[in-house]
Amino acid sequence: MTEKYTALYEEHKKLGASFTDFGGWQMPLKYSSELAEHHAVRKAAGLFDLSHMGEVWVTGPEAGAFLDYALVGKLSAVADGKAKYSLICNPDGGIIDDLIVYRFGDEKYLVVPNAGNAPIVAAALAERAANFDVTVKDVSAETSLVAVQGPQAEAILLKLTDQAQHPLVTDLKYYAFNELTIAGHDVILARTGYTGEDGFELFIPNEAAADLWAKVAEAGAEFGIVPCGLASRDSLRLEAGMPLYGNELSLERSPFDAGLGPVVALKSKEGDFVGRAALEAVKEAGPKQKLVGLKGLGRRAGRGHYPVLKDGVQVGEVTSGQPSPTLGYPVALAYVDIEHTEIGTALDIDLRGKAEPFEVVALPFYKRQK
Amino acid sequence: MAKVAAELKYSVEHEWISTDGDGPSVIGVSAVAAEALGDIVYVDLPEVGSTVTAGETCGEIESTKSVSDLYSPVTGEVTEINDDAAADPALINSDPYGAGWLFKVSVTEEGPLLSAQEYAEANGGEL
Repeated sequence: MTEKYTALYEEHKKLGASFTDFGGWQMPLKYSSELAEHHAVRKAAGLFDLSHMGEVWVTGPEAGAFLDYALVGKLSAVADGKAKYSLICNPDGGIIDDLIVYRFGDEKYLVVPNAGNAPIVAAALAERAANFDVTVKDVSAETSLVAVQGPQAEAILLKLTDQAQHPLVTDLKYYAFNELTIAGHDVILARTGYTGEDGFELFIPNEAAADLWAKVAEAGAEFGIVPCGLASRDSLRLEAGMPLYGNELSLERSPFDAGLGPVVALKSKEGDFVGRAALEAVKEAGPKQKLVGLKGLGRRAGRGHYPVLKDGVQVGEVTSGQPSPTLGYPVALAYVDIEHTEIGTALDIDLRGKAEPFEVVALPFYKRQK
Repeated sequence: MAKVAAELKYSVEHEWISTDGDGPSVIGVSAVAAEALGDIVYVDLPEVGSTVTAGETCGEIESTKSVSDLYSPVTGEVTEINDDAAADPALINSDPYGAGWLFKVSVTEEGPLLSAQEYAEANGGEL
């Protein structure tokens, strides 16, 4: 596979980033210390390059009806200016990807899939669009996405916004978006994120990305903003109990296994949608395993694919795990047999031959104080 | 670029060993390894009085992202471990050749060791 680079690659190199491959993209793993980056987002602000994520426009008279058919949620019911978390499933009910859908109007939606899945999602949408009066246009290659996350994110963006447009930032609710001018660039500003903190994601054309990045970094300096790589992004989202496609979500898992049943609009959507029959059957039968949060009682962390044990017998598998920088103890997400998923259940993780005690806890592990 | 301390010898598994003096040898991990691991959050050291064998695992080092085996570059008896590094593994990142040392061994036999120059050339470190 050819390596892909975002429009901000040179900025990352200048900042001394270590790079990692993610979904075919060369992305910053960390700039200095991933722990320092993690704490900066919890206490001040972090600046992320998410330009590897996909952007697919769905436009046309039947845009809403089409997305209701192609995805598991009822996107036609989303209000203008609001975003909704959704899933795209295959006919067997397996998860092709999780994504966020932004509704600009009756006939205009933006779909944002994950990096590695963007071409697959764009192709699936195009295929499913055959019988609808819609246009599906993948603009991933020319669109950059920058996230500013953390308690100081709003203050930093206000510094870069004309007074007259301040309400477009301050009045923005969680999972809502506006189009405005920030640091001299027309952006789509969404109050969304993957860190468990308040924060924003800014869609911008590639040619403006480096300038926006530099101006946010400069304006944020006095607030303690630091550039953050994928290592801290992963530890932040794990603390916030958010799933990562490829770890918690896959073609082999149904939304009900992953605790995403409420995302599937079986009741509110009358018409058919891709995966409906299979998902109804899965819901009826009930999941055999469920995604749970595990809190380590010792110091050792469980890692992806480590077995989860009950009295020495395997009852599940870790999907993500590491020491929680904010909480100070190891946390893990794991699929566990349904009979061992009650909060407070004592389980072990097989740490390379040693059984280490963990306990089933409610998700998210970390919830910010509002 | 990560520093390679000139006065030390190194194993291919990235442990360093200080061999001067008559007392037990001091062992740690190189700055090259510490940097590659990322922020170290846990270290499992051999027990004092136990015997370690050159080239064999004697513990684990866990960073935020991964777990790696710790290899002994020498054979002998462990005489002391660095409780400070066990309690605060960040010392291994901040001062890998000093306060972040790991354990001491009364050496009976050395494994194959590289000079600082050889190690730096093989691993892209800076002398």
